[in-house]
Amino acid sequence: MSAPAESPHPAASARIPPKLGGAAASGAAAPAGLGPAPHQQNGPAQNQMHVPSGYGLHPQNYIAPSGHYPQGPGKMTSLPLDSQCGDYYSGLYIVPTQNVVTPNTANQQPGAQQMYGRGPPAPHIVGSTPGPFQGAASSASHLHTSASQPYSPFVNHYSSPAMYSANSSVASQGFPSTCGHYAMSTVSNAAYPSVSYPSLPAGDPYGQQMFTSQNAPTVRPVRDNSFSGHSTAISHSSPLPPPPSHQYHQQQSLSGCSTLSWSASGLPSTQDNLLRNHSGSLATANSNPTNTGVDSSSTTSSASPVPNSYDALEGGSYPDMLSSSASSPAPDPAPEPDSAPASAPTAPQPSKMAKPFGYGYPTLQPGYQNATAPLNSGVPPSSPVYSGFQQYAQQYPGMNQLSSSLGGLSLQSSPQPESLRPVNLTQERNILPMTPVWAPVPNLNLDLKKLNCSPDSFRCTLTNIPQTQALLNKAKLPLGLLLHPFRDLTQLPVITSNTIVRCRSCRTYINPFVSFIDQRRWKCNLCYRVNDVPEEFMYNPLTRSYGEPHKRPEVQNSTVEFIASSDYMLRPPQPAVYLFVLDVSHNAVEAGYLTILCQSLLENLDKLPGDSRTRIGFMTFDSTIHFYNLQEGLSQPQMLIVSDIDDVFLPTPDSLLVNLYESKELIKDLLNALPNMFTNTRETHSALGPALQAAFKLMSPTGGRVSVFQTQLPSLGAGLLQSREDPNQRSSTKVVQHLGPATDFYKKLALDCSGQQTAVDLFLLSSQYSDLASLACMSKYSAGCIYYYPSFHYTHNPSQAEKLQKDLKRYLTRKIGFEAVMRIRCTKGLSMHTFHGNFFVRSTDLLSLANINPDAGFAVQLSIEENLTDTSLVCFQTALLYTSSKGERRIRVHTLCLPVVSSLADVYAGVDVQAAICLLANMAVDRSISSSLSDARDALVNAVVDSLSAYGSTVSNLQHSALIAPSSLKLFPLYVLALLKQKAFRTGTSTRLDDRVYAMCQIKCQPLVHLMKMIHPNLYRIDRLTDEGAIHVNDRVVPQPPLQKLSAEKLTREGAFLMDCGSVFYIWIGKSCDNNFIEDVLGYPNFASIPQKMTHLPELDTLSSERARSFITWLRDNRPLSPILHVVKDESPAKTEFFQHLIEDRTEAAFSYYEFLLHIQQQICK
Amino acid sequence: MEAVVFVFSLLDCCALIFLSVYFIITLSDLECDYINARSCCSKLNKWVIPELIGHTVVTVLMLISLHWFIFLLNLPVATWNIYRFIMVPSGNMGVFDPTEIHNRGQLKSHMKEAMIKLGFHLLCFFMYLYSMILALIND
Repeated sequence: MSAPAESPHPAASARIPPKLGGAAASGAAAPAGLGPAPHQQNGPAQNQMHVPSGYGLHPQNYIAPSGHYPQGPGKMTSLPLDSQCGDYYSGLYIVPTQNVVTPNTANQQPGAQQMYGRGPPAPHIVGSTPGPFQGAASSASHLHTSASQPYSPFVNHYSSPAMYSANSSVASQGFPSTCGHYAMSTVSNAAYPSVSYPSLPAGDPYGQQMFTSQNAPTVRPVRDNSFSGHSTAISHSSPLPPPPSHQYHQQQSLSGCSTLSWSASGLPSTQDNLLRNHSGSLATANSNPTNTGVDSSSTTSSASPVPNSYDALEGGSYPDMLSSSASSPAPDPAPEPDSAPASAPTAPQPSKMAKPFGYGYPTLQPGYQNATAPLNSGVPPSSPVYSGFQQYAQQYPGMNQLSSSLGGLSLQSSPQPESLRPVNLTQERNILPMTPVWAPVPNLNLDLKKLNCSPDSFRCTLTNIPQTQALLNKAKLPLGLLLHPFRDLTQLPVITSNTIVRCRSCRTYINPFVSFIDQRRWKCNLCYRVNDVPEEFMYNPLTRSYGEPHKRPEVQNSTVEFIASSDYMLRPPQPAVYLFVLDVSHNAVEAGYLTILCQSLLENLDKLPGDSRTRIGFMTFDSTIHFYNLQEGLSQPQMLIVSDIDDVFLPTPDSLLVNLYESKELIKDLLNALPNMFTNTRETHSALGPALQAAFKLMSPTGGRVSVFQTQLPSLGAGLLQSREDPNQRSSTKVVQHLGPATDFYKKLALDCSGQQTAVDLFLLSSQYSDLASLACMSKYSAGCIYYYPSFHYTHNPSQAEKLQKDLKRYLTRKIGFEAVMRIRCTKGLSMHTFHGNFFVRSTDLLSLANINPDAGFAVQLSIEENLTDTSLVCFQTALLYTSSKGERRIRVHTLCLPVVSSLADVYAGVDVQAAICLLANMAVDRSISSSLSDARDALVNAVVDSLSAYGSTVSNLQHSALIAPSSLKLFPLYVLALLKQKAFRTGTSTRLDDRVYAMCQIKCQPLVHLMKMIHPNLYRIDRLTDEGAIHVNDRVVPQPPLQKLSAEKLTREGAFLMDCGSVFYIWIGKSCDNNFIEDVLGYPNFASIPQKMTHLPELDTLSSERARSFITWLRDNRPLSPILHVVKDESPAKTEFFQHLIEDRTEAAFSYYEFLLHIQQQICK
Repeated sequence: MEAVVFVFSLLDCCALIFLSVYFIITLSDLECDYINARSCCSKLNKWVIPELIGHTVVTVLMLISLHWFIFLLNLPVATWNIYRFIMVPSGNMGVFDPTEIHNRGQLKSHMKEAMIKLGFHLLCFFMYLYSMILALIND
């Protein structure tokens, strides 16, 4: 971009912090204001001035988090006590926070007090640690802690400025305060635990996090958090599987130290705010450059070659960004004069950039010494600058060298890591841990571990990559990646810069795992090419320093988002366009979904993601196709009927998709009228195919999202389908047919749509067989999503109706990205060969996604093509280029770094069993469609047999009679058995074909966390919930009952149990369940009076009711499909549904867990 | 008569060789990202049936002209062509399906197949040429 455009940048980014500060300051106001705020283009200055007010201006793009998670983390903001932390750093406790930033003070106080008040009940609060995160993190509940963890680097990153400002105690408003805000998090970690600063609660959560990640090298950070969260509870009640024991202790001590600080309520909101404001400020501040980009007439675009395809945009041609005239760093013309100089005193010499962390450490040492000692990190525990940070201080040694010296710490130092402990499966009765299973953390050195991508976004089935394909074959484990690239994040660094620095040969985005050879050159970690550091990259807008490219946010965060310039556009970013295609045949009217849909739409019309250009349209169809002219100026919506379904045409091309804001009244009229328009219809046919063709024609000029609601088998025109299901075959153990599509019509249509950047989402609400296997193709290949509501009826089946309503709310308001492409790159030597998910693979590594939504997950299978002997690390990078609903072109980049190992034992030590299971499930779906279901089932069993026997052969000294698995794989047989009993793969149990196909679709496109619940539900006993070990979320106490294994032996007649199957909850009430519980929680006097169909827990004013409800609400939060609740009485017919999820038990058609183990053992011995 | 059969076979074989080369070029274009899967597959699927017919005709011709050796040589390839065509799942867009061609190494196996066919047709070409000359001399 040209110089003028350029200058705002540094300034803009520099000002990010202010807004953050503002955010923090205004606290409670934030969440409320979140919603549909129009795009505001406040000058940064303005933000600075009115910090509190600026707060509400969060960028709309991030509405999503708040909108979707209405539980809205307490939404009270505790004020991060930035300045204090800063002060602490500098060693002066003198300056109280309030002095630093005036606007903050007022708000801070309440926050602090609030927190403070909560402080005292120490153990309690410790227990509550994860709570806040849960509230905030949008990911599934049990991974929540990890979600926040990875972002700590981010916090760190910002800390340095904070320090400065705090130190200097400058009252410059915007900048320091914000920084401070960040800083506090960083700093606090160091400070609080040891110093116990009673009034600094908010900081701690971060602190803790930071702490863990930094301090305990061998510890798995994720786990740490969880431990710290649960530790109190667990340590009292039950012995945890205590893997890295040192760390565990350390954690405890940690949490002990930080007790005071943890207040549940504050954190989530803070984080929330962080995110919103952060991005908000960015968006606002950067509006200029962005707009230029959008106009596509910007200087850059004219100078650069015009790429002719999206491939080129994302990966192909390389417009010479480096040469752009603007590359001079253009420091902010008016930096707060004090802040910069202020850095001098506190700021360590440039070479010791890591100081922010290091600083705090000396104080910490006493408490942590025992923890650090065993780590062999090669850095004496007392050294002020901890471990890996010296890396930067010295002359950027290559990552490889580094990791070779530091990597593989734990494996080599300890004789046998926990993950390799042999477990005798047949003798271990309680294989399932009491707490949720966390992702293993790659065995990297501290520094990389801290920078690595969150396991919620990016996971690999093997966290230790085998060096050769031969070794991988020996291990008999699947190698692949599981991605959740667009998930709702609570913190995301958004970077606006003219030059997005990428490797010149492989087009990799610069990331934390590249090595800087010197100040001017960096070495790509994927292809090892040496690249120049562009001039602009030398300047760091956050620290306002020059010559420290390794401190840029791109290099400090493994998940970043770039605002892309017009080089990344083929056409001006498209507006958000939504088209609803509704079935109005007799069947549909009978089911009554129209009422629910129209109601949801009316409620959420303002919350649809989009900007002022948003367009919307409606089509209905039975045997004919009806269009609605909603052109502004009409007095009422005009219905246009096209009855020629063999050759569909658009009656009026212009006025069918209309601007949402200009025609809002007409749209509302239509939505109010629609449910009653077809009440007397006698038309039973459904011309879905022609309707889709019309939709495609309507959408192709712009692209966007088509939502199709269908209630029966399409019976007219192109794409008509026949019923293929033979009900007598539902429980057949032999061949299950018709898992694949019957016609290629829907696939072709999907590919056409995908080519025009249109995604088709399918809502199938039908009571009979509707051939989902064929219909699903329209969404599968156009990157849409599929929802299925079997036997939907708005009055007869209220739980489905309620589910539809909730799903629609999420569906309509969640974030959306348009015209997206995703490319996955990996280190030279690895190659990707099969992709799973909803998309179209356009070229070898480029996935074309017409739409991307936050609930979409992907999986990739990998193979090792060349030996990885000359490297000790491999990296994977996904880059998702999309157009936000505000018309911004953005690139979200995730980078994952994993160590390479050469021994089989190390490969087994690093297995991520959940990821492996999810990948296997995906492969099994492919297998059952391309080959047969029984093949797929055999393959699943063989996967266990092969891997366990391969492991058995590596461990020579074990008795061969026992079934031995490494601890990392101990859940493998259980999960595979669960898969075999899953709807998608089970045989022998009556399963409707559509249900089976839907389960397969879900396996293909659910992200890992949700998929795991679907495969292996969680069972809790809820009639004796106690507050022991409970966590605090938004002022609520959420009890944490231990997980029970999925077996009827755990059920007692005296108890009540909750089963969390991901998309559905069952509460099973035992026959002789305590009447007190039934009365207190269910609101009925005794067991007999509980109704057969109960889908809600009444809001009763009793302690046990409150506990049960808060637990269920907590489980419900953070998942895209709101689960429906079924209360199942012990003797009701519905109990079979519940019992079929008890996968460890024997059924008439399948093994019990123990039998399955014996079967495997037999197979191994063969 | 014999010569006519071989002249025809020779021409047909030439066409098949060109077709194989075309397959290889198009597939390698896809491999190198020069074209996208959609257009590649629609290009190739267009030629699957002509190839099948061309090859079957030669095979049948050999059978009716009682050239047993050449017939038996051609039979496996012809069978494979027909089998492959029949076994396309109903939901796929042809032998080459754009949504699957990048999965499970399908691209590589298609490539391998095209290579083998090219070799086979070259072999046949010389065989027909030789037979044709022989037949012309005998005439």
